[in-house]
Formats: sequence, structure tokens, C-alpha cells
Amino acid sequence: MSADFSCPPDPAWRSRVTALLIALIVLWPLLVASEFKPWQLFDKQSLDATGHFLRGFFPPAHSKEFLLLLLEATWQTIAIATAGLTLALLAAIPFTLLATETLSISRLESGHMRFISLLIRQTARWILVLLRSVPELVWALLLVRIFGLGPTAGVLAIALTYSGMLGKVYAEILESSDARTTQVLLRNGSGRLAALCYGVLPATAAELVSYTAFRWECAIRGSVVMGFVGAGGIGQRMDESMKMLAGDEVFTMLLVFLLLVACADFVSSFLRKRLV
Amino acid sequence: MPPTYAQHQPVIQPAILAFLLSLLGFIFASFYSLDLQWRALFSGTAIHTSADFFHGFLPPALTHAFLLKVGQATLETLAMSAVGTGIACFFGSALALPASGRLGTWARRATRLLLNLLRSIPELVWALILLIAVGLGPFAGTLALAVHTTGVLGRLMADALENLPTEMEASLQVNDASPAAAFCYAALPQVLPQWMSYTLYRWENNIRAAAVLGIVGAGGLGQMLKFHLALFQMQEAATVIIATLLLIALVDSASFKLRHQFSA
Repeated sequence: MSADFSCPPDPAWRSRVTALLIALIVLWPLLVASEFKPWQLFDKQSLDATGHFLRGFFPPAHSKEFLLLLLEATWQTIAIATAGLTLALLAAIPFTLLATETLSISRLESGHMRFISLLIRQTARWILVLLRSVPELVWALLLVRIFGLGPTAGVLAIALTYSGMLGKVYAEILESSDARTTQVLLRNGSGRLAALCYGVLPATAAELVSYTAFRWECAIRGSVVMGFVGAGGIGQRMDESMKMLAGDEVFTMLLVFLLLVACADFVSSFLRKRLV
Repeated sequence: MPPTYAQHQPVIQPAILAFLLSLLGFIFASFYSLDLQWRALFSGTAIHTSADFFHGFLPPALTHAFLLKVGQATLETLAMSAVGTGIACFFGSALALPASGRLGTWARRATRLLLNLLRSIPELVWALILLIAVGLGPFAGTLALAVHTTGVLGRLMADALENLPTEMEASLQVNDASPAAAFCYAALPQVLPQWMSYTLYRWENNIRAAAVLGIVGAGGLGQMLKFHLALFQMQEAATVIIATLLLIALVDSASFKLRHQFSA
């Protein structure tokens, strides 16, 4: 006789149903607060607007002037990301040196840091936290008010946010490396910079560069998005075309954007593979 | 006699030198082509304007009625991120099945392409497109988060499924369980913790994203910030920025604690 495996009742069905009901009750106010109305997607007016916009996608805009304009905007986007990241790097390096515990001489001698060193180190960390907590888009929005529309605001916004991120992660990478080499160098009277260059850097350089390449890729995405608040590049053009409901231009830009992101992705992963 | 050590001069390979030089050229070209207003940046007037600008933020608006509005926007931001992540979790796990190659190679390729597409377009671009479909407000933001996160989660979940050891599922199937039952009782219990942690991690990301999505008009704190900045109501804008920072800090510390608890 074969055993009957056909439909064993779920022993936990009671608790499962209760959990589902509770989840729905908790979820309800969230749905209300986010004005979750999926039927809005399907009412006639919005279907018409969407259909009209999507129909405009074909054929994608490909006139010569437009493509030239787009090429210039794309380069601007890349340039904003690169320039912003370079400035961020310049700002992040001194902060990293200040924030890294491995390079503390006073801690090495007495086991704990001198009060002033601790104070400086913590201040550097707090500045880094503050820099990276404000989203880049908010920085861009504020800086556009000061410097006007254009790439300056974008470059500075990336520089500010990314110096916070780079500084924090660089310090973490440096601290995660084996501290003994550095300690030996410091104990034998080497200066801090020499200890950094000959003790920590050889072990961590690949990781540092690879993280920087990854951040460059993020900066390209970020610089597209910041264009929406008027910080130049392909994002600004996309915003303009979107506001004029020029579907064909939007479509071409989306394609270029996807291509750009894929290229940046490729370059940074290529670099990382070569390094690590 | 002390031993003599051969001095090794560091050798820079030509390929690396060429790479470094072209990198330098690239950086230089970037700065050169951008027409940055360096002079404006470091001139006395710029510092003066910036000082004036940031001085305008003080003191932040703290009237009772306004704080209530900010609280509501914060709640809206939280709701957008939670609902968006929830929808993405649902569709992501549904798409993870074909994307992990369970329905054939072609289904895998097609789904992966779709997921890549959803993922490479940032939330903000999705929000701009969806604004046309559903109009201004948090719903557009929620959908934008959902669409982008579906791409991210679908891919992560599919990878998790593909990396599973296959023996248990195979043994259930050999013993006559249907593929669906084998999946539910062998594969799912194994990936579920990982899927949950991916979802929570994305939720954390999405709260940050939701806070800025409003800048293009998709509801929440961002929309308030944009509104008050446009009207030059700096003190109100300052309160909104502080609320954003508090929200992000809160989420960070909460997720830090949660992760410690789970990993301990």
C-alpha cells in the first residue's frame, strides 16, 4: 500500500494567516500615505497622456544638430563626474590621514590616544559624516542657488558628497590592513607619511583604487541625475525634453544614458579586475 | 662588514605609465572643457553670497503647524519607500524564477535583460517618466522606487537562487514531488533569509532615495524642500533639510542595530 502524501494540511496555517492579516493592517496607513492608487494608471486621461508620450518615442530623434548637442551634453556629464571626483579625492586624502587610527603615534606609545589627537580625529570623522549625509541632489539644489545653472554646482555637489564617502571608506580600508608593518616603522622613528607610503599603502593600494573606480561609476550616474535640478549635462537636457513632452528626444537620451552607464560599468570593472 | 642590499629602483611599466598619463589628460580635459567659474568660486562676493545664503537658513522654522507638515511629509517619505520596496519584493521574487534559469535559457536571458534595463535607469529618471503617467505626487515616486528596485532585487534574488546547492530539490523531485512543491519546500526555505536581508538593505537605500525623489515632484520631503526653496523660504527649507538628515541618521542606526542583532 502506498502512503497517501496527497495533501497534508499545513500545520502552521493559523499563524500564517494571522501574520498576513496583521501585515495588511499595518500596511494600510502606508498605502494611504503614499497615495497608492493603481487604478490611476489605467484611467482614460493618464492612459492617453502616456500613450501619446510613448508613441512619440518612435522614431528616436536623430537629427545631426540634436546628436551633436547630445554628444556635448554627454561629455559634460562625464567631465562633471570626473572633475567632481578629482576634487573629492583632493579633499578626502587629508581627511583620511587625519581620521586613520593606525597612524596615531600617541596611541602606539601609551595604548590610548592623546586627548587632542582624539579630538582632531573625531572632528575629522564628524565632518566626513556631515558631508556624506546630505544627499548629492540636495547639495546640487542648494549650490545651483549660489552659482546659478550650470556645471559648477554639479562639480561642487559631487566633490562635497563624495569626499565624505571616500574619506570614510579610505580610512576604513587603511585601518583594516595589517597594522604591524606600520607600527614597526613608526616605532623605529619613521614619520607618519613615510609609514603610510611604505607600511599601509602597498597592502591597500589595489583596494583603494578599485573603490575609487567604483565611485567614479556612481558619480556618472549622480551627475546625470543632478542635471535635473539644473547642474548641466545630459540630465538637464533630458529634463527640458521631458517638460516639452518631446518623446523622441527623451528616447534617444535614454539610449545614450544606458550606453554611458554600461560603458562606465565596463571600464570600472575592467580596472578592478586588472588590479585585484 | 654589513651586508649590502641591492637597491631596487621601482620600475614603472610603460603600459601603466601610459595609463596614468592618459588619466591625467582625461582629468585635465574634464576641467578644461567645463567652463567652471573658478573666479566666482573664490571671489569675495561668492563667499559673501554663500554666507548670506546659509545665514538665511537661521533660525529654522519651528512653528507648530509647520513641524506638523514636515512630520506628515516624513511619514509620506517613509510610506513611499516601504510600499515601493514591498512591491519590488513581490515582482522581484516573481521575476527571479525565470531569471535564475528555471524556465529555460531563453527565459533567463530575456528576464535578465529586462531586469538590467529596469536597474540601469535611476529612480529619478523613472520618476520623471512616471510623472507623465500618474501626475505629481507620492504615487509616482512609489512606482519609480518599485520599478528600479524590482530590477535590483530581481537580479540579486536570481543570483541567490542560482547559487543554491541543487541536491535537496533534486531529491524531492526524484521522489515524485511536483516542481512547484520541490521549489517551495527545498529551495525557498534556503534562500528566504537572504532574500529578506536583500530586501531590508534595499529598503534602507530607498528611504534615502525617497527623500530626494520629491525634488522632481514625486512627493515627500524632497517636494517640500523644492517648494520652499523656490519661494526663497530658507528657514522652512532648513527645517526640511534637518528632517531629511534626521530620517537618514535614524534609518542608518536602526539598520546597523538590526544587522548586528541578526549576525550575532
